[in-house]
Amino acid sequence: MSGFGIYLVFFLIIALNYGIMVLGLNLQWGYTGLFNAGVVGFYAIGAYGTAILAGPDRAALIGGFGLPFPLAILGGMILCALAAIVVGLATLKLREEYLAIATFGIAITIQLVALNFESLTGGANGLVGLPRPFIDAFESTTSYNLFFLAVVACVTALVYVALEAAVRSPWGRLLNAVREDEVAARSLGKNIALIRLQAFVLGCTLIGLSGGIYVAFIGFVSPLDFLPILTFQIWAMLIVGGSGNNAGALLGAIVVWALWTMSGLAISRFSPVGFQNQAGAIQTMLIGLLIVSMLIFRPRGLIGERATVSSHKERGAP
Amino acid sequence: MLQALADGILSGAIIALGAIGLTLTMGILRFANFAHAELITWGAYMALAAVSLLGPLGGPIGPFSFGLPLILGTIAAMGLTSLLALTIDGLVFRQLRGTSNHLTLVFASFGVSLLVRMLILLIFGGAATYYSNTLQIAIPVAPGLRLMPDQLFALGLAAVLVVALYIFLQRTRLGLSMRALAENPDLTRVNGVSTARVIRWTWIIGASLAAIAGVLYGLTVQLRPEVGFHLILPLFAAAILGGVGNIPGAVIGGMIVGLAEAFAVFILPPGYKMAVPFLILLAVLYVRPTGLFAGTAGAAK
Repeated sequence: MSGFGIYLVFFLIIALNYGIMVLGLNLQWGYTGLFNAGVVGFYAIGAYGTAILAGPDRAALIGGFGLPFPLAILGGMILCALAAIVVGLATLKLREEYLAIATFGIAITIQLVALNFESLTGGANGLVGLPRPFIDAFESTTSYNLFFLAVVACVTALVYVALEAAVRSPWGRLLNAVREDEVAARSLGKNIALIRLQAFVLGCTLIGLSGGIYVAFIGFVSPLDFLPILTFQIWAMLIVGGSGNNAGALLGAIVVWALWTMSGLAISRFSPVGFQNQAGAIQTMLIGLLIVSMLIFRPRGLIGERATVSSHKERGAP
Repeated sequence: MLQALADGILSGAIIALGAIGLTLTMGILRFANFAHAELITWGAYMALAAVSLLGPLGGPIGPFSFGLPLILGTIAAMGLTSLLALTIDGLVFRQLRGTSNHLTLVFASFGVSLLVRMLILLIFGGAATYYSNTLQIAIPVAPGLRLMPDQLFALGLAAVLVVALYIFLQRTRLGLSMRALAENPDLTRVNGVSTARVIRWTWIIGASLAAIAGVLYGLTVQLRPEVGFHLILPLFAAAILGGVGNIPGAVIGGMIVGLAEAFAVFILPPGYKMAVPFLILLAVLYVRPTGLFAGTAGAAK
């Protein structure tokens, strides 16, 4: 396999795994209108949860249960769901912005726990030397990465199909109803806060799944992988692809991740020595600029939401 | 113990100045502005730029580490920060004010906060800086309590500003319009108040206070591009604790957050200090989501 091919496999693993996260965020923002400003926090909970459950037993550390990866990832997702319930119960009955503020807060708090709770998270060093699932069955890294890409693609496809079914179900229409006209939905006897909580927790669980898969792939966790910029990147992916459209969410993940890696390459190649910090700042500014300008000039994103018309009309009823 | 009290009141005063602007925008413009804390960083760095230009104008005054350059620099920073706030409003928020989902504004402010923070990093670099390198000797104020003259100055200025702003909101016509807009926008418009003018002044007042908060932070702690990012949570916690739209509430909320951070070191390892505002926020939202004091009508749902 050529060097580019090897890189492409690596790129797709990361981009599709981010795609799962964007799908989770799309359920929250695109379909239900919930603003989650702490994406990276839930991603970190999923990742650290998985690492602690799957890691080998170590004298100095709490955890190290050595669970098989599917179980460990499931555990990470459950932890994510619990954290989402704590934040959701506090905020989802209140003014909508409070969810944004509280999720921002939990992301900061998780980062502090990752850095400071050394006996659980390994502190600044992170947790290294985690087992990598099925690594022994492959003779080269390339073939292992190909296998991993297949797994990630399957999981992403599964999540996509499940979400498509969910948003087309009566429950999915309810999400839209809550987003579009809360008063109308409530007047039909729907429990708004409960529906919001369901969408929020499910979305966060998917973000946690992505964190778990990431750990399984790279074999360690480090607090440096969970910087606040990731939240902005995931949001940029959603708004570029088109919020309210699951295919758009996946497309956005690939497009924005490609733009990010290419701009990173360009900057490291062309920026003068000693100005790497400034170059990094410019690269990050592009994400901010992308978010703001998409919101103003093309809020639909590349694909955007399909206009929903009453099903009676499609059937040609009067 | 006494030292923690003094430290808490000082950082509480700085949080309060920032939270006043935030609570005004949340009450009057009705959205949670994630970029507000970046105005604090911007103001602090604008003053730094002015000081480096005006440096020759004079040395330190009296026991303080700063002189005329920083005082003029602060005034310049207030103007430049207001200009930034009005520019952001004109370029971004005004375009989105009519959109059906008002969270779009929150989303946009989230993107703007990243832009402003990176712009500061780009211009001024990431290293920590100070307004002056002169060493200050802490003076004993009470047994077991030593404070820098700069810290006393910061406290005094914050107190004066809070009182002045309160009188302004209670006694002037513009202050009355601002309170009215926060209470009932439609009725205010019917009475012939220019909404655009009130919104403009809301930004100017909020940004000017943010600039002063930034200068006081730089004076008593240090200047870093992440100052604003680290203040977002304390500011929101203070504004919500005090009741959204409520100025005296934001001041008391700021004090509570500042004191809680200072005293948390007795219970929590110091690394977790930044999580304290989040814990306060969660507690408020669970127990008393309207805040300790009633906010404006637009605050609670």
